[in-house]
Amino acid sequence: MTTTPAKIDTVTLTIDGVEVSVPKDTLVIRAAEQVGVQIPRFCDHPLLAPVGACRQCLVDIPDAGNGKPIPKPQASCTITVAEGMVVSTQATSPVADKAQQGIMEFLLVNHPLDCPVCDKGGECPLQNQAMSNGRGETRFDGVKRTFPKPINISPQVLLDRERCIVCQRCTRFADEIAGDPFIALVERGAQQQIGIADGAPFLSYFSGNTIQICPVGALTSAEYRFRSRPFDLVSTPSVAEHDSCGAAIRVDHRRGKVMRRLAGNDPEVNEEWISDKDRFAFQYSRQDDRLTHPMVREDGELRPASWPEAFAVAARGLHAAGSAAVLTGGRVTAEDAYAYAKFARVSLGTHDIDFRARPHTAEEADFLASRVALSMDVTYDDLERASVVVLAGLEPEDEAATIFLRLRKASKGSTKVVALAPFTTRGLGKMKGRLVPTAPGEEAEALRALAEDATTALDSGGVILVGERLAQHHGALTAAVELARTTGARLAWVPRRAGDRGAVEAGCLPTLLPGGRPVGDASARVDAATAWGIDHLPDAPGRDGNAIIAALADGSLGGVVVGGVDPDDTADPAATRAALEAASFVVSLEQRETDVTRLADVVLPIAPVTDKAGTFVTWEGRPRPFDAVFSNPGSLPDLRVLAGIADELAALGQGSSLGFRTVPEVRAEMEAMGPWDGVRPEPVLGKEPRKPRAKAGALVLAGWKQLLDQGSMQDGDPHLAATRRPAVALVSPTTLAGLDGAVDVVLTGDRGSVTVPVEAAADMVDGVVWLPTHSVGRGVLADLASPGSTVTVKGAGK
Amino acid sequence: MKTDTLTPVLTDNWDAERSWTLASYEGRGGYGAMRTALGPDFGGPDAIVQAVKDSGLRGRGGAGFPTGMKWGFIPQDNPKPKYLVVNADESEPGTCKDIPLMMASPHTLLEGVIISSFAIRANHAFIYVRGEVLHVIRRLQRAVQEAYLAGHLGKDIHGSGYDLDVVVHAGAGAYICGEETALLEGLEGRRGQPRLRPPFPAVAGLYASPTVINNVESIASVPSIIGNGAEWFASMGTEKSKGFGIFSLSGHVVRPGQYEAPLGITLRQLIDLAGGIREGHELKFWTPGGSSTPLLTTEHLDVPLDFEGVGAAGSMLGTRALQIFDETTCVVRAVLRWTEFYKHESCGKCTPCREGTWWLVQTLARLEKGEGQESDLDMLLDQCENIMGRSFCALADGATSPISSSIKYFRDEYLAHLTHGGCPFDPTASTAFAQTGASA
Repeated sequence: MTTTPAKIDTVTLTIDGVEVSVPKDTLVIRAAEQVGVQIPRFCDHPLLAPVGACRQCLVDIPDAGNGKPIPKPQASCTITVAEGMVVSTQATSPVADKAQQGIMEFLLVNHPLDCPVCDKGGECPLQNQAMSNGRGETRFDGVKRTFPKPINISPQVLLDRERCIVCQRCTRFADEIAGDPFIALVERGAQQQIGIADGAPFLSYFSGNTIQICPVGALTSAEYRFRSRPFDLVSTPSVAEHDSCGAAIRVDHRRGKVMRRLAGNDPEVNEEWISDKDRFAFQYSRQDDRLTHPMVREDGELRPASWPEAFAVAARGLHAAGSAAVLTGGRVTAEDAYAYAKFARVSLGTHDIDFRARPHTAEEADFLASRVALSMDVTYDDLERASVVVLAGLEPEDEAATIFLRLRKASKGSTKVVALAPFTTRGLGKMKGRLVPTAPGEEAEALRALAEDATTALDSGGVILVGERLAQHHGALTAAVELARTTGARLAWVPRRAGDRGAVEAGCLPTLLPGGRPVGDASARVDAATAWGIDHLPDAPGRDGNAIIAALADGSLGGVVVGGVDPDDTADPAATRAALEAASFVVSLEQRETDVTRLADVVLPIAPVTDKAGTFVTWEGRPRPFDAVFSNPGSLPDLRVLAGIADELAALGQGSSLGFRTVPEVRAEMEAMGPWDGVRPEPVLGKEPRKPRAKAGALVLAGWKQLLDQGSMQDGDPHLAATRRPAVALVSPTTLAGLDGAVDVVLTGDRGSVTVPVEAAADMVDGVVWLPTHSVGRGVLADLASPGSTVTVKGAGK
Repeated sequence: MKTDTLTPVLTDNWDAERSWTLASYEGRGGYGAMRTALGPDFGGPDAIVQAVKDSGLRGRGGAGFPTGMKWGFIPQDNPKPKYLVVNADESEPGTCKDIPLMMASPHTLLEGVIISSFAIRANHAFIYVRGEVLHVIRRLQRAVQEAYLAGHLGKDIHGSGYDLDVVVHAGAGAYICGEETALLEGLEGRRGQPRLRPPFPAVAGLYASPTVINNVESIASVPSIIGNGAEWFASMGTEKSKGFGIFSLSGHVVRPGQYEAPLGITLRQLIDLAGGIREGHELKFWTPGGSSTPLLTTEHLDVPLDFEGVGAAGSMLGTRALQIFDETTCVVRAVLRWTEFYKHESCGKCTPCREGTWWLVQTLARLEKGEGQESDLDMLLDQCENIMGRSFCALADGATSPISSSIKYFRDEYLAHLTHGGCPFDPTASTAFAQTGASA
């Protein structure tokens, strides 16, 4: 769909003698930037509603556009431009300059002179603007207001109240952007401060943004407080690796160590906001279990090995295993994914490759091949412009935080959000969304019903966002495709992980080659084989992840190359572990010691995102390339490791060299190969799999991973972990009433039992129990129940 | 004593037996104007607005904005409900006209509320009363109850087809809530801090709906305009400041109190009515309209107390809260007390008021103790200049008025503190309990 930019009415005014035309309703402070004048400001923020609190941006307006002067200096952050207006800023008006100097002097009256020990010192808007627009010496020699310092407003965020200039950026962010108004002004006058309610800390997934936009050092994070000085830091732009949103981040590091991460400014993607996970979860690569050298198994024990030896041992083992498959997680970069895809085909001669380290189906693989690969139908901007956005199998606040913020922004305009979910989540409430109550398993039906739903009124102005969880419900993805076709609404797939979409594009699927080439299409196979300089590719599609596990278990597959897969994420964790034990040869590419590395025959440490360049492809299909933050010669990306094994395999007469060793080489090869321009496959909806029969009185289990949970990439920051939402089972009020006042419940499924606190969700669909899938124990799939199954609920403690 | 200069209208029934009751009020013709206004012959809401415009009534809360014009700003094509809000959050030091009015005759206000609401086509009116005046709140609540029982409020008032509900809302003790947009925030249950304008309350006020906010005395004056005619009202006062107003005299006069007189009366006349300055003393300085208005001195005794006259003298008519200070009063001390009030009441929203009042108090306190130096006076004036007109609302402007005007008229007295090494005045001499001629 093309969008013609609406015709913009402009207004011409004169600022400091320079004539400038800006869109109607532009604020004077913004218009001044267009003529190169920076008016000092604190409360003003381009993404927050004007408030006019700090008064720092006062300007003189000798002509308001009506020929008359405005007698008093005006706050340029609250006054909009008018045709013919004349504005004199501090650059040309002594009145404006004195007004600004006066305000600056007032701001410093109660501000401590602790810049040398303040985290903000060196990057502080107050410090900087006091230099540029204030006097060097203060005339105030009285008593400053003090507070006991600091106080925790959440386990992660600390507040030094005496530094605060109460500009309200933080409270406005929490209210306007995140929708978590847990911080507010309390007290008045000089005692006015930011506060929280008793027992209600600032538990917002987006709390870290307040630290970044604080124009003084009043808000700091427990993670970064007192860790370094801004002028000691080197900043490298990067892309967040925690979800498929591709949020721009800035990595600040010192002597080879990441000290903190900040939101980057990308108006097309994350604007200026990131989630706390993207901001604070980066310590995982510095944990004690980080792998630092290759290891090979000898006499049953892993021992350190050199890279050449490890490559050779890996190649010999895979060669000896006869047949081998590849399992990549959804975390790898597009370049690494391409290397895995090519390695499977060229070196192992198989299509047995799957990136989906989670419950998955053939229906989903078809959907990804036919609808997702090569697509870029929906962007963040489209969400903002959509008439209605339908969410199916997706909880954006937990699973795609940047989408959540954009949808919340959109919902303040004319966009309606509709969610197919078992209950109204807090996130949905914040998006003013409407719930279409849907129990797990009823998604397909609910999607079909939506076509005729006049309230939703889905049409070509609408967008359907399907999450990866939808794959767990037979027919749901097919129904979503059908809904998009009948209504004209656009459809996008939102996976959870940063590498998922890139893996689709790079061909990490048994049915898909790089660039969207279908394995089932002979000309596509020839195309890929030609590009890679090999004779041919296997005709038949390969095994998917589940089939690979089964084949390893029954011995029909011998070897497996595993890159970043946690068995507990897979559909059957026990089966995955058993399969890895049964496999004759396991090569593990990992950053840290895991259950897989402990079972592997060769362990190859690979570089974390900070040590390599790469590209994450967002859910939209937007490539988000990033450079390495550190130059760490011993830290190899997956693609280099795979190239090393491939060379050794080639020496054994299996396959050929991959033809690349570096990220730029892979990028060039991907570029040269290009996208598939031939026929796209048609999805085939297979037979519905047999469901385990529900026990009498059992509840259908719903759930997803919360943004902050036990994920291993959140390891290392206890403060972040302390801001997790508590793991609570949610049931309908009717179900809760039947539990005789129990505060805890024992949930029992086909894989075990868990005991958790229980609460009612007001509109939870009866017969459903919701539990976050990775917040207790080893996760729901390992500890409780198989995908799509039911659990019994029994009251425990009172 | 000349009393013929007084024009008791709002205060006329204050001496009646149980003047606050409906029976007493109606016994003197109360609610007659309401019946007239709501009656078929008056001409409906537009005729009321016109009458108020013709009367020349200007806002009695201090700013003096023409009331009829304010009502005319309400967009009548707006589909949202319209609201009348009465600002009864009288908290300005020295100001004591609305609270005595509501105490003595709450029905005068209520009758005005009904007529005014009808005029702007509001079916819901709120009276936001200062929370500290519990007794007044109770009288208002009782008056509202009586009015409901008498059919003056509620559905289809006296068969007119007009519905009106009135809510008496008690504030929570913040001076800032007298600022109309902060009042609206408070009324909506939020933190009392002024709102950004535009949008103006007339367009998006209470609950983002068109709202008229008027002072108690303005609304209470409406029944008399309807009852006696706009011409009657306009015949009083001066050319641009029509009508009468309550002048509240406090401080060093023999009979402090509320004196209702035509606008344009002079302080000399009012002091005369109040029995003169307390015996053996003479006027030193005074505020024309509460502590937020620049203070005046003996040279301004004959300034006509109307919006223009006081403005020309370099001050503001304000709320006609005439605080009278005789020569026993230390102006530095008085100004410091007021400034402490503004510091205490600053809402904290904007920098100049929040930080400026904090600093002003410290500077003044040192001067009062005889510390500091002459250059501090210029610094004080510079601080005032940096606050005045730079803040979010007018509260901070008011905070600077006593300081800059007192330095203007009494610079030598400030300096005397420095040369004397402290306050040269006997603090007890200015108290009400001081014996004439006594000194500590």
